[in-house]
Amino acid sequence: MIPEIGTLALIIALLLALAQTVFGLAGAQLNRPSWIAATTPAVAGVWVFVTVAFVALAYSLATHDFSVTYVATNSNSELPLLYRIAATWGAHEGSLLLWIELLATWALLVAALSGQLPVAFRARVLGVLGLVGVGFLAFTLFTSSPFARLSPAAIEGADLNPLLQDPALAAHPPMLYMGYVGTSVAFAFAVAAMLSGRLDAQWARWTRPWVVAAWMSLTIGIALGSWWAYYVLGWGGWWFWDPVENASFMPWLAATALLHSLAVTEKRGLFKSWTLLLAIFAFSLSLLGTFLVRSGVLVSVHAFASDPSRGMFILALLLFFIVGSLTLYAVRAPGLKSEGGFELVSREAFLLLNNALLVTAALLILTGELWPLAMDAFDLGKISVGPPYYNAVFLVPGIPLVFLLAIGMHAGWRRGLLSSRRRVLAMLFGGALLLALLLAFGAYRSAGTALTIVAFTAGLFVMGSALIEPVEAWRRGQKLPRAAIGMAIAHFGVGVWILGVTGVVSYKVEKDVSLAPGESTTIAGYTFKYLGTKPVSGPNYEAIEARVVISEGDRVIAELPTQKRVYRVQKNPMTHAGISVAWNRDLFVALGDDLGGGKWSMRLQYKPLVRYIWLGAVIMACGGLVAILDRRYRVRRTADAAVADGAAAAEAG
Amino acid sequence: MWRYFLPAAAFIALGGLFAFALVRIGQGSLDIREIKSPLLGKPAPGFRLPTLAEPGRVVASSAFAGRPYLVNVWGTWCAECRAEHSALLAIGRTSGLPIVGLDWKDDRQEAIAYLRELGNPYAETLSDNDGRTAIDWGVYGAPETFLVSADGHVLEKHIGALSLAIWQKKFAPRLAGGGAP
Repeated sequence: MIPEIGTLALIIALLLALAQTVFGLAGAQLNRPSWIAATTPAVAGVWVFVTVAFVALAYSLATHDFSVTYVATNSNSELPLLYRIAATWGAHEGSLLLWIELLATWALLVAALSGQLPVAFRARVLGVLGLVGVGFLAFTLFTSSPFARLSPAAIEGADLNPLLQDPALAAHPPMLYMGYVGTSVAFAFAVAAMLSGRLDAQWARWTRPWVVAAWMSLTIGIALGSWWAYYVLGWGGWWFWDPVENASFMPWLAATALLHSLAVTEKRGLFKSWTLLLAIFAFSLSLLGTFLVRSGVLVSVHAFASDPSRGMFILALLLFFIVGSLTLYAVRAPGLKSEGGFELVSREAFLLLNNALLVTAALLILTGELWPLAMDAFDLGKISVGPPYYNAVFLVPGIPLVFLLAIGMHAGWRRGLLSSRRRVLAMLFGGALLLALLLAFGAYRSAGTALTIVAFTAGLFVMGSALIEPVEAWRRGQKLPRAAIGMAIAHFGVGVWILGVTGVVSYKVEKDVSLAPGESTTIAGYTFKYLGTKPVSGPNYEAIEARVVISEGDRVIAELPTQKRVYRVQKNPMTHAGISVAWNRDLFVALGDDLGGGKWSMRLQYKPLVRYIWLGAVIMACGGLVAILDRRYRVRRTADAAVADGAAAAEAG
Repeated sequence: MWRYFLPAAAFIALGGLFAFALVRIGQGSLDIREIKSPLLGKPAPGFRLPTLAEPGRVVASSAFAGRPYLVNVWGTWCAECRAEHSALLAIGRTSGLPIVGLDWKDDRQEAIAYLRELGNPYAETLSDNDGRTAIDWGVYGAPETFLVSADGHVLEKHIGALSLAIWQKKFAPRLAGGGAP
């Protein structure tokens, strides 16, 4: 009964989403106030019914309804409740439902928080979001229903993929999808602006907080995924340039670029057509990511059930939204005029460079991602594009970007580097270089790789540079706007992230050893002593647990239990790494194979500064949060005020 | 202003590529997961291993030189191997080619019992206990099947369970025409 309610709710949601689209878009176009007024209730209705469907699936999983195909293939009676709930988005059908749930939630938030927008504009935004919803609801209902029944019902479920049975991974897809789907809000604003022809600074101001919110979710989502890969896959790597990782990273790069170009459009009325293009681009890359992950056109370690007929459906959706919006863009963009110019050294120029570099990186990653497919499709040979390519196309634009960031933060609008900051910046740069040398040669006793000193300097320089404004304001007893504080925090996070990446890439030590009980080995000054193994069992797995004691000199630092698990149903072995965490390093033990006679192979790793990678991402996201809370985004309830404000901004621009 | 249509045009081209790839994948004429073995057309790596039945007796690849033969990598622990077993028996009977079974990282008694139960398609069954020979041949998962020519070159390789259809499509033409792709 419950699964049928779920299906019914999805059908009703599809009809309501159609209503939302028609009332929103046609109502605004034909200027029918009653239609426009009906848009918001439709949005609320879509959310209610999609949520009913979502809860129905979660309920079916929680109560072990193995007569539902999705439950039977992705759950098991021994699976703990947390993972039964997380299984709701653990495979294709359910994760689509999550996509739709989050889309409906974003639309509901837009409807609730956009009271200050002109009603017609708001109706258009909601109409576009409705159209996206129609596409994905239809995709789910027609190709990927999570409520399909299994007849006869299974007695027991096939269990959730053991790789996904982890707290970080339970949270990773919702965060990531929040970000993916969040880019649809920026897209909807862009399309609404193009439809209405209102492409002024006001449009950029309305869009900005939504883009920041989506960007924050993407940042946290990607960081969670990286953290999960680090300790679950057992290799101790934190980024693999896997196609699916790239699929999440490209929208992040585009959203980051969009965030910055929106600032210019809002403050100065420049880059208008470019900002529109970026908004479409960010959403396109999110859709493209969904397509690439689910259609089976790419080979990835991320095992999502994929099939070409579903691929065709998403491709059709993809082409409809992207080509449709880009055509609208081609019609509208020639009419856009920039108001005023800027000089070679100005905040606008720095932000333009930021955009050029970020978009270049995203496009080069996209090229690397699709090149093997293109070669293969035309029988030109099999190639694979690996980390050396991606590292290059990320580092070459990335390193200049960081130095530009450190300086550009202190450039004024229109012209000039703030003269008062020149001396401080020069001193900071010197200090950063000195500290980088000290860190490399003092703490790690080597210059590391060719880029280690450069990257350490860049990271420290950005961290220092981000603090200049807050420190100055604090000295003078001034209060900075939240947006400025948010920016400083986010940029500080970028520096922290760079320190982490540089430390771990330059100074990590890895050693594959085979140890008998009682034997020990030393890496990076830490002695790992293997004590022996014992069998243990969890709720749905059996494991061999090895105990390894780590000591530095005479001092015992940690006793790490590290497991090799075999999940009872799916039978695939999983390493559960033992990790000892400290502020400046991780020590990492992963169990390999039983070599007989109590001897085991294991991989030992020393990972300096690795935690700063994720800490940096969290700091960046916190910066975003602070910026969203800025006063100027606070809701102004009357439409009059918004219109007056818009006119003033147009005049000032 | 045609240049404003460039993004849309670029995306349509990309969509065309995706559609083309999807259609080919749907037809089965494009397999993105397939990795062509670098051994194709090259001299086969050879082997020198004890037989499963009599561990004292060692058989080398030179024993098969001068005529085409198949090398099939399997193990009792491998479910796909069980699935292809009847196809192997049929291929062995109809093609007349000797099949060398490489029993990979397996338990000897279980392997003997397995062949007794399901039938033995192999001219020789060899034990690759430490997996070194499989490494030489670039094996990364069982089952894998290699076709070696009379002059000792690898003509074809298949990863995954073999079927008569795959045999007809992939292997038989190589035997008729000879050369590797």
